[in-house]
Amino acid sequence: MSRALHPLAPRLWRVASRTVELADVVTLGVEPDTDAGARFRPGQFNMLSAFGVGEAAISVSSRPGDNLVGHTIRDVGPVTHALALARVGDVVGVRGPFGTDWGVGPGPGPDGSPGDDGGDVVVVAGGIGLAPLRGAIDLLAEGRRPGSTTVLVGARSPDQVLFADDLARWSRAGVQVEVTVDVPGPGWTGPVGVVTGLLDRTRFDPTGAVALVCGPEIMIRFTARALMARGVDPDRIRVSLERNMQCGLGWCGHCQLGPLLLCRDGPVVPYAGVVETLLRQRQR
Amino acid sequence: MREDVGAVVAAHPLFAGLPGPVADLVGSCARNVALADGALLLREGEPADTLYLIRRGTVSIEVHAPGRGPIVVEHVPAGHVVGWSWIVPPRVWHFDARALGPVGAVAVDAQCLRDKATDDPAFGYQLMSRLFGIVVERLQATRVRLLDLYGPGSGG
Repeated sequence: MSRALHPLAPRLWRVASRTVELADVVTLGVEPDTDAGARFRPGQFNMLSAFGVGEAAISVSSRPGDNLVGHTIRDVGPVTHALALARVGDVVGVRGPFGTDWGVGPGPGPDGSPGDDGGDVVVVAGGIGLAPLRGAIDLLAEGRRPGSTTVLVGARSPDQVLFADDLARWSRAGVQVEVTVDVPGPGWTGPVGVVTGLLDRTRFDPTGAVALVCGPEIMIRFTARALMARGVDPDRIRVSLERNMQCGLGWCGHCQLGPLLLCRDGPVVPYAGVVETLLRQRQR
Repeated sequence: MREDVGAVVAAHPLFAGLPGPVADLVGSCARNVALADGALLLREGEPADTLYLIRRGTVSIEVHAPGRGPIVVEHVPAGHVVGWSWIVPPRVWHFDARALGPVGAVAVDAQCLRDKATDDPAFGYQLMSRLFGIVVERLQATRVRLLDLYGPGSGG
C-alpha cells in the first residue's frame, strides 16, 4: 500500500539528460518516478529542489508524453546555479505540476476566459520566456487545428536565441517563425528591434485569434498593447506571470498579485481585467 | 510614370487612407528605385535629401566605428520608411542606411516635399503628422530596447 506524499515533500527524480542551451541556460531532463509524475499541461511549473541549497519554481519546457520532463533553467541565483550544475545521474527534488496551463485545444481558457475556437494562434516570447511555451508550440505545430500558428521571438543577441533547433523544426512544420534581436552580431540578417515590431510583418487574422505571451513583464505589457492595436481581443491574450512562488499550493501567499495567487491562479492568466490593471500599478 | 509612382505612394502604409490628391502630390516628387545588396541609401554626414518608402527588402540602419566596421542599429522592413533627417536642420544624415539584399523603394525628393508642404499647409500637416507617428513609434521601440529586457537578471 503506497502512502501519499505530503504536498510539501519533494519526490526524488533523477537527472537523465542535461543540455546546455545558452551560456547561462541549461535544460535538465528528469525522469519521473511514476507515470503520474509525467502528467502536466504546457504552461505549468514544478518546484525543483537542489538539496542543501533551496527550491525554485521552474516551468516545464518539454511536451506532455515525453519520457523525460524538461526544465529549462537560467543560472541567475544560488538555487538555479546549483540546479544548472546538476549532472546526469544526480537527484533533484520535484514537487508539482502546479498552476494553470496555456489552454491550447478545446475547452475554456484560463480563469474562464474565451477558449481556443480554432482561430489563429500568435505566440510571443522574450528571452527565456520561450521555455514555458515550448510544449504548447509543439502541440500547435502538429497542425491539427484549422488556424495558423505564428511564433515571434525576441532575444538580446543571436547567441541568446533559445531553442534554435526547435524554431527551425517548427518552421519546417508550417509555423510562421520570426526572431528579432536587440543587438545583432556579424552576419545577422534577420530583424533587429523590439519583438512587437514583428507583429507588423506577421500574417494572422485577429478575429478569434488567441495570443500566448511570456517574457519580462515590461515586454508582456508592450506586447499586449500591440496585439490589441492589431485587433486581438484582450480576453484572448494569455500571459504567463511569475512572482515569488514558494509553496505552489496557494497556502503561503508569497506569490500574491492583487487578488491572484499566481502559483494557483497562474502562472497563465488572461491579460484582460485584473492583470492588465495590476501590471499598470506603480509599486515600490 | 507619375501616375504609377502616385499609386505606389498611395499604397504605402505611411500614406494609407490619405485622399488621392495628397498621394499624387507626394508622387510628383517621387521615383521608383532599385538598390543592390549592400548599396548605401544614406551616408552619415551627407546632406539629407530623400525620404525612402521601402517597398521590398530590408534596410539596415548602421553607424560606422573605426576598427569595428558597421554597427547595426536597426533593420527596417518593407512597408516602413527610411530617412527623416531632412525635416529639421542641419539636414544631414546621422546614420548610414544599407540595403540588406535587393531593395525596392520609392525615393521622394525632400526639397520638393518641403516646398509642397510650405505651399499647402494642410498637406504639410498631414505629412508631418504621419512622419511624426513613425518617429514616435521608433523612439518608443528604442526606449524599450534601452531597458535591456533580456539581459542578465531580467525576468522571463
